Amino acid sequence: MSPALIEARHVTRILPGTVPVTLVRDISVTIDAGEFIAITGPSGSGKSSLLYLLGLLDLPTSGDVLLRGRSTTAMHEEERTRARLAFLGFVFQFHFLLPEFSLMENVALPMRALGKLSPRQITARAEQLLAAFGLGEHRHKTPDQLSGGQRQRVAVARAMANDPPVILADEPTGSLDSVSTRQVFETLRELVIDYGKTVVAVTHEVELAKQMHRRLHIVDGMLDKDERIAVGA
Amino acid sequence: MKLILTIAWTHITRRARQTLVAVLGVVTGVGFSIMMAAMMEGSQDDFIATLVDALPHISITDETREPTPQPASLVYRAAEFHGLIPKVRRPGIKNPMATIASLKSWVPGALTASVQSKAVLRFAGRDLTISVIGIDPRTEGNVSNLATHMRQGTLKSLYRASNAILLGDRLARKLGARVNSNLTLVSARGVTLTATVVGTFHTGFRMTDETTGYVLLRTAQTLEKQIGIINEIRVRTADPLNARLISERIGEQTGYKSISWQEAQEDLLSAITLRNVLMYTIVGAILLVASFGTFNIVATITHEKTRDIAILKSLGFRDRTIRSIFMVEALIIGLTGAILGWGLGYLMTRGLGSLEFKTPFSDQNHLPVLYSVKHYALATAVALISSLVAGYFPARAAARVNPVDIIRGAT
Repeated sequence: MSPALIEARHVTRILPGTVPVTLVRDISVTIDAGEFIAITGPSGSGKSSLLYLLGLLDLPTSGDVLLRGRSTTAMHEEERTRARLAFLGFVFQFHFLLPEFSLMENVALPMRALGKLSPRQITARAEQLLAAFGLGEHRHKTPDQLSGGQRQRVAVARAMANDPPVILADEPTGSLDSVSTRQVFETLRELVIDYGKTVVAVTHEVELAKQMHRRLHIVDGMLDKDERIAVGA
Repeated sequence: MKLILTIAWTHITRRARQTLVAVLGVVTGVGFSIMMAAMMEGSQDDFIATLVDALPHISITDETREPTPQPASLVYRAAEFHGLIPKVRRPGIKNPMATIASLKSWVPGALTASVQSKAVLRFAGRDLTISVIGIDPRTEGNVSNLATHMRQGTLKSLYRASNAILLGDRLARKLGARVNSNLTLVSARGVTLTATVVGTFHTGFRMTDETTGYVLLRTAQTLEKQIGIINEIRVRTADPLNARLISERIGEQTGYKSISWQEAQEDLLSAITLRNVLMYTIVGAILLVASFGTFNIVATITHEKTRDIAILKSLGFRDRTIRSIFMVEALIIGLTGAILGWGLGYLMTRGLGSLEFKTPFSDQNHLPVLYSVKHYALATAVALISSLVAGYFPARAAARVNPVDIIRGAT
């Protein structure tokens, strides 16, 4: 049996300070290939903190996160950075595109940082990704020339740049109107269905969460529920 | 490296206004420091050149540095003398022509013999004490710029009359004497001569122009009442900066007091040392202020990019890469500013150098400036170092940013 794509083992994250704050408390969860997972919970419950731990953006105070069975807490920072570049794609609530760069350049950045493709291949893939997300004609524009939904789709394209098996999204529709929300959600669903990716998205929109395959409900930093949802339920 | 350059270049070119301000800061610092250095070092060099030109590089006189020791002092460790009268010594350098011939064999430069004398000059009822210098017009041009300072007549005009004299222009004006005026010279030895003015000169040094007259050697010897006397040998060295060493060697060889221009102008030269300290302090202060400006602007740019840094880190960019991006940006700003600063510095130096103003010493003059690669290199080095320091510390801090803190802050 092959190891899980991502596995969190008893992860706890405590913010140090005069009054230490526990963000995540002893959560264990396994994420397999092709899953479409929603992390839900009330505000301040630790949803995003769990996502950052799963995405190696943050280190657990105790416990471990394993990528394909390999401990990441034992990794050197350089190795964790490399793993993030090749294995994970991120989409945040705000698009976080680099404002001075064109859409093509924004999408190409992770590929150039990884250095596996030639410049010509990078350009071709960036064009292909933007076209796939309906942004081909805007590829030479800068982010400030796009709508909120379009920017978020560029962020998804950038997350897909290095063809990572996992896409982590932190409230990707949190700052969008309903039409854009629907477009971005459909884009994420396409990643799972058409591209075979694993998508883990933090959301507090119940209706969207219901359309995903699995829901991790967090309350007070703890895993309250881990439930499978029948598609279309 | 190409990725680093691309990101750095994109930041710089697409934030044109901010980049322009940063570059202008460096340009101003580099430009002004080049101009200040050119002006201060130029005026210093000009001053020294004037000093060097005004005097012989080395003057050998018929004096000794120490009085001749009494025989008793040579025998006993302690001796006390009362009522001693120094031995009357015949003035003048012994065997001057032989001494000159001997010095000519090794001294790099030119030598000439002269006679220093004092006399009272009497004209139109006025008496003025002046220095009378006996010269050889054939060799004088090799050791001094007197020939170029002539306003009326030439050095060879001294051959025109039996007792011809060249007067400083201020002295001539003070007396109301003109070319062909006949004056009376009364020497300290009691010799009275009637001399004819055959020319005037203007050295630019007030003391010289008001109190000096040049005559032929034999006229001065007559005034000194000693035929064949030479009491000064003047030397113009090929390299004025070697004058001190050559002078010491001449002193050792001849036993006479030999004074280099550096020794003669020691007070002024020590004032120049102080001036140098002042100059480098001013130039250093300009560069330092410019460095702070550069630091401030680069640090602000980096600080404003904190969110982008968090994004790059979340995408998987290494700390080293992020640090390099901002270092390269600082370097590009520093280098561009320095190169443009060269242009500004050069133009401002040219502008200063072309300013014309009148002085009492010449009809027209320009502010002396010095064009030196050293000034450009120094200003560039300081600009680049300050830019790198300005980039390094914010870049290091930026690379240490925890992306989660920024992302949380943004959401």
